[in-house]
Amino acid sequence: MKVQILGSGCAKCKTLEERVRQLVTKHQLPVEVEKVTDLQEIIKYGIMMTPGLVVDGVVKSVGSIPKDEQILLWMKGTS
Amino acid sequence: MKKWFEQYPLGTIAFLLPLWVLLYVSLQPIADSIVLVTGLSPGTHLTEAFRFFVFEVPKVLLLLTLIVFAVGIIRSYFSPERTRKILGGKKLFVGNVLASLLGVVTPFCSCSAIPLFLGFVESGIPLGVTFSFLIAAPMINEVALVLLFGLFGWKTALLYMSTGLIIAMVSGYIIGILKLERFVEPWVYEVKAGHLDLQEEKLLFKQRISSGVDAVNEIVSKVWIYIVIGIAVGAGIHGYVPENFMASLMGKSAWWSVPIAVLIGVPMYSNAAGIIPIVQALLEKGASLGTVLAFMMAVIGLSLPETIILKKVLKLPLIFAFVGIVAVGIIIVGYIFNFVY
Repeated sequence: MKVQILGSGCAKCKTLEERVRQLVTKHQLPVEVEKVTDLQEIIKYGIMMTPGLVVDGVVKSVGSIPKDEQILLWMKGTS
Repeated sequence: MKKWFEQYPLGTIAFLLPLWVLLYVSLQPIADSIVLVTGLSPGTHLTEAFRFFVFEVPKVLLLLTLIVFAVGIIRSYFSPERTRKILGGKKLFVGNVLASLLGVVTPFCSCSAIPLFLGFVESGIPLGVTFSFLIAAPMINEVALVLLFGLFGWKTALLYMSTGLIIAMVSGYIIGILKLERFVEPWVYEVKAGHLDLQEEKLLFKQRISSGVDAVNEIVSKVWIYIVIGIAVGAGIHGYVPENFMASLMGKSAWWSVPIAVLIGVPMYSNAAGIIPIVQALLEKGASLGTVLAFMMAVIGLSLPETIILKKVLKLPLIFAFVGIVAVGIIIVGYIFNFVY
């Protein structure tokens, strides 16, 4: 599974990346985390607010930091 | 607290709102008794500065909490996707008016200015209409309005908001008729932006209240320190700077003060929270309202970091046109107010 955080340098983007990485380490999930900062890449996903959270190519959230439990559900692939 | 809001949203509001009102109406007596307790003799510069500080800081923070909460709920009804849909296919003028109004209520952060710009332009929204949005969104924000309302009164807050809207509408319209599309970086029109159809799930009112709480946590925790510092400096000016000190510098008779205020204001990047209390104190010392208003609009509405971010998608002539047109608009507003008041 691949999780991408879309965003170039906004404060929330950094928080979300840290949050995701922490969750992955804590729960030892088989997840590859990638931060996408290239604008053209970001825009391909059609988002207009950063950060965006993408799980296996699917945009899950835009412009906000979802709750930990929600992120976990997405990364475990159950939702 | 957050837990209460999640479990009993309406009950928590019903409990906190009267508490808020009670606190708000007792600010003056509380401030007076704090001054009394410190044993400062009334009438001295220090006492007056201190009284100003202990009254204004809690007042503005209370107002900020309430308004940010309300705006957080209102914003949960809007999203950039929705705004884009509304603006799609709108002609100039009608589009400019709508875009400016939507700029006020749509959630916006200048760090997302580029994805938003691309999303708008790519879906065929005219450049001028996009600019109306990009001018209104940062200029008319809830923090600025709260401070203006708290420190200057509702008339000035309303004036700021309406003139800000007019500047956004007219500037966007002018950019639109100047046909400056050729100064947008060519890759912008080549990029194929994906279209996100994030199922816009209907939020429960409970969830909207929760986004209001989130907004308070996020914004108040970020700006409170600037408010405290700004009011402290304002209190110093309030207590120590002599009456009419600013009259010759920023008064009505000094015709050059408006453009100078804008020239100084544009490169200055301060958030509204820090700048408004200082400006309010200057007004008291004889600066004129138009000059002060122009200065604030220049500082808040035209920020250097945002302009630099826009450089990625716009060529220099368009950036200069954008800054120039908005700056001229602000100067005109400044003169009008100096003339009327």
